[in-house]
Amino acid sequence: MATQHDHAHGHDHEHGHEEHEQLKVLGFWIFVVTDCILFGSLFATFAVLMHNFAGGPTGKELFELPGIIASTFILLTSSFTSGLAVLAMNKGKVKEMISWLAVTAVLGLAFVVLEINEFTHLMHEGATMATSAFWSAFFTLVGTHGLHVSVGLFWMVALMIQLKRRGITPVTRRKVTNLSLYWHFLDVVWIFLFTVVYLMGVM
Amino acid sequence: MSQHENHGDHHNHGSLKSYVIGFILSIVLTIIPLVMVMNNMLDKTTTVIWILVMAVLQFIVQLFFFMHVREGEKPRYNVQTLVLGLVIVFTIIAGSIWIMMFNKY
Repeated sequence: MATQHDHAHGHDHEHGHEEHEQLKVLGFWIFVVTDCILFGSLFATFAVLMHNFAGGPTGKELFELPGIIASTFILLTSSFTSGLAVLAMNKGKVKEMISWLAVTAVLGLAFVVLEINEFTHLMHEGATMATSAFWSAFFTLVGTHGLHVSVGLFWMVALMIQLKRRGITPVTRRKVTNLSLYWHFLDVVWIFLFTVVYLMGVM
Repeated sequence: MSQHENHGDHHNHGSLKSYVIGFILSIVLTIIPLVMVMNNMLDKTTTVIWILVMAVLQFIVQLFFFMHVREGEKPRYNVQTLVLGLVIVFTIIAGSIWIMMFNKY
């Protein structure tokens, strides 16, 4: 921190502000950890109920892996591009940053659309929440993740508008840091969903 | 102090290199279990263990290369919170599976 500061007072003020924003990032991190516990509970429920088909269709019969594989790579790539947005932010490039966020949002939207298609397909095949314990656990777990991604999309669009208006400030910087944490977290949850629900489901 | 152009070096979130490495490792760790399952290469229990190991590895990769857990300011409350959270998650999942096994008798 060898940067020259003419106004010692101004520097103190800014530093205090930045520290406050850092604290908010920690606060958001704690939310993410509690969200982990939410998903942990849903995973536990799924793990317990995953063999209870009540004579109805099984995951192996209905899952269509190509679509799931596509969603997996789409979400993984969007996690990467949200990281690139943070990199652009650290370089102070607002336009580049908004573009990467836009790419992330488009990929996220593609993921949600694929998921809606999948759910519609499953319901057509006669697998709804009421079909069996397996499908209840499935729709709750996968649906909760999909809901998180959808909420993240609205947040992302709102943030892009704010960035366009205000540029990179300590506040928008903190918000983008939190958003990218959230997005990486959703990708991590999906990795486990993909492994436990789909890969183990088709075995 | 070469990072000075990237103003705000005290919360520098990784480099392009770390993101690219993380991305490539994640892709590899996604493709390996996929190939294992689609080709039925091993018996079921072994496959389940391997694909779970890959998922955990990918989680660790993303934690370090994307979320930069190591770069927080000390003391690392973020890591402490995460460890507590993971202990709770592990207890919920392992405990539920364990106790519900007795349901089958």
